[in-house]
Amino acid sequence: MEYKISNRLKIASIILVVLGGLLWGYGYMKSHAVTEDNISEYLVNEHGDGHGNEHADAGHGDTHSQVAGYADADHAEDGHKMSHEEHALHQIHNRPYAALYVAAFFFFMIALGVLAFYAIQYAAQAGWSPVLFRVMEGITAYVLPGGILVLLVAAFAGKHLFIWMDADVVAHDKIIQAKEGWLNTPWFFIRGAIFLAGWSLYRYFSRKFSIAQDSAEDNSNFKKNFRISAGFLVFYIYTESMMSWDWIMSVDPHWFSTLFGWYVFASMFVSGITVIALITIYLKSKGLLEFVNDSHLHDLAKFMFGISIFWTYLWFSQFMLIWYSNIPEEVVYFVARIEDYKLPFFGMVAMNFLFPLLLLMNSDYKRIPWFVVMAGIVILCGHYLDVFNMIMPATVSERWFIGAPEIGAICFFAGLFLFIVFTALSKAPLLAKGNPFIKESEHFHY
Amino acid sequence: MEAASKVIHAIYNDDDILMSAVKKVKAAKHHIEEIYCPFPVHGLDKAMGLAPTRLAITAFLYGCVGLTVAVVMMNFIMIEDWPQDIGGKPSFSYIENMPAFVPIMFELTVFFAAHLMVITFYLRSRMWPFKKAENPDPRTTDDHFLMEIAIHDNEADLTNLLKETGAVEINIVEKDEDAH
Repeated sequence: MEYKISNRLKIASIILVVLGGLLWGYGYMKSHAVTEDNISEYLVNEHGDGHGNEHADAGHGDTHSQVAGYADADHAEDGHKMSHEEHALHQIHNRPYAALYVAAFFFFMIALGVLAFYAIQYAAQAGWSPVLFRVMEGITAYVLPGGILVLLVAAFAGKHLFIWMDADVVAHDKIIQAKEGWLNTPWFFIRGAIFLAGWSLYRYFSRKFSIAQDSAEDNSNFKKNFRISAGFLVFYIYTESMMSWDWIMSVDPHWFSTLFGWYVFASMFVSGITVIALITIYLKSKGLLEFVNDSHLHDLAKFMFGISIFWTYLWFSQFMLIWYSNIPEEVVYFVARIEDYKLPFFGMVAMNFLFPLLLLMNSDYKRIPWFVVMAGIVILCGHYLDVFNMIMPATVSERWFIGAPEIGAICFFAGLFLFIVFTALSKAPLLAKGNPFIKESEHFHY
Repeated sequence: MEAASKVIHAIYNDDDILMSAVKKVKAAKHHIEEIYCPFPVHGLDKAMGLAPTRLAITAFLYGCVGLTVAVVMMNFIMIEDWPQDIGGKPSFSYIENMPAFVPIMFELTVFFAAHLMVITFYLRSRMWPFKKAENPDPRTTDDHFLMEIAIHDNEADLTNLLKETGAVEINIVEKDEDAH
């Protein structure tokens, strides 16, 4: 089955990229229109709204003005010797960078989650999934460009995201100084390059062997793939942990959590599986995957269901342990989120747990494409919010909103993701016909 | 349909032959009373046209009961009856102290769902200690499969049909309804 990226999809993804770029650019201009000269005026307006009639000024979002009302108390005890204006200005300026970073990481983690899932299918010699291998290979084409983009955004944002990259802050911060052996700019990018190199090397060879297996006489390519997949999984679980400390946890360099790597893994894994299901349903609706039946869909939906619950388990384990012991240096992480991010923080639990739990519990529903699509969209939005909740409180604090820069960044990376994934899908036949398990997979029935 | 006094027992020694026999018997529009197997035969229920089980639905409902029991119990004990300050945990309302109750809520949900579902299964399949075994032929617990069909003045007809399906042994049995 050959697939050719349609012109409509191509144009749609280009429109998404351009539109997203413009929206984000608008958000950037708007936030950088606030400078040291007019910040006091800006804050006075904002405060006026917060204390007085909240809905009078439609120009500012309600969320901004309301939270700004009680923001003063937090800032009084701010450790850094920084005026309130300066602090607010930093947050306002950080927002477009953080918005870009959240979206860049979100789409990257989908591809990386799929890569891990793909390696597991090989290493476990799964009999049901080989018909989906080409879909997975298509999605993992985004790992390298997506990962490079995340690192570029990190380099471009620099101290706007990672305060430990700011020499002035570090000079006054003993805690960060003690972590400088790990958290320093050159090491951060060297580590990032090593992670990316490992992941994309596996992706490159695995794809190469998979294509070669199509026309091979024996199973040697499959065996090679089996071996490198097992090796990759070991490499992946170490580097994924470190990546989550570096790329996510280090935005809060005063805070740490031991199961954070697993938590981020669960998030990327479930988003990845969801995207496999969505793209499979899309291609099947085009009549390109006749060999995929509703039992394959059922299995993917089971994974979506199970890993959603796994994610919730980790989310709750992290939250409850910290809430229960209530140690000040750990609990600030959740205090900041519950005070300023109540809706996204708890809304995401509903979207990532309650919704898939109730929707995908029934065995029959897991075979209905539109049901899986609906659950999948909610899961993806929920996991975007998850990344949002991990990055934003550390960078923009209470000045968050899902507005032009956030939506622009999502559109930009979504367009790029679609373009790269569907271009990669059109480069090889959609059935990995040389795989020794392909017959079993084609007749898979649950 | 009046209760049949005579049944025919067709014995098979292979589950594939049994499956095709079931399909032939169904196609000839005979009602299969029961099939005895030494192990689960995949797809047999579909071939026999048995209705799907509703055990999973009962489990879901039992789980809801368990969750309710946990919430009501802990709300009463920890919040309403004696809202004591234990290590600074907020006992002012259920939601404020909720994370501490989640492990119990979870376990009771699973406990109720699992145990009540198992008991439901025992009741529905009439299984209990000292229950008299309803096994027409001990070989069906080892390596033989037995299909039981009621006879309604069509003995010769059925015997021929079952012979064609590959039965290794066909017995006509007087059925004693009081036996179980």
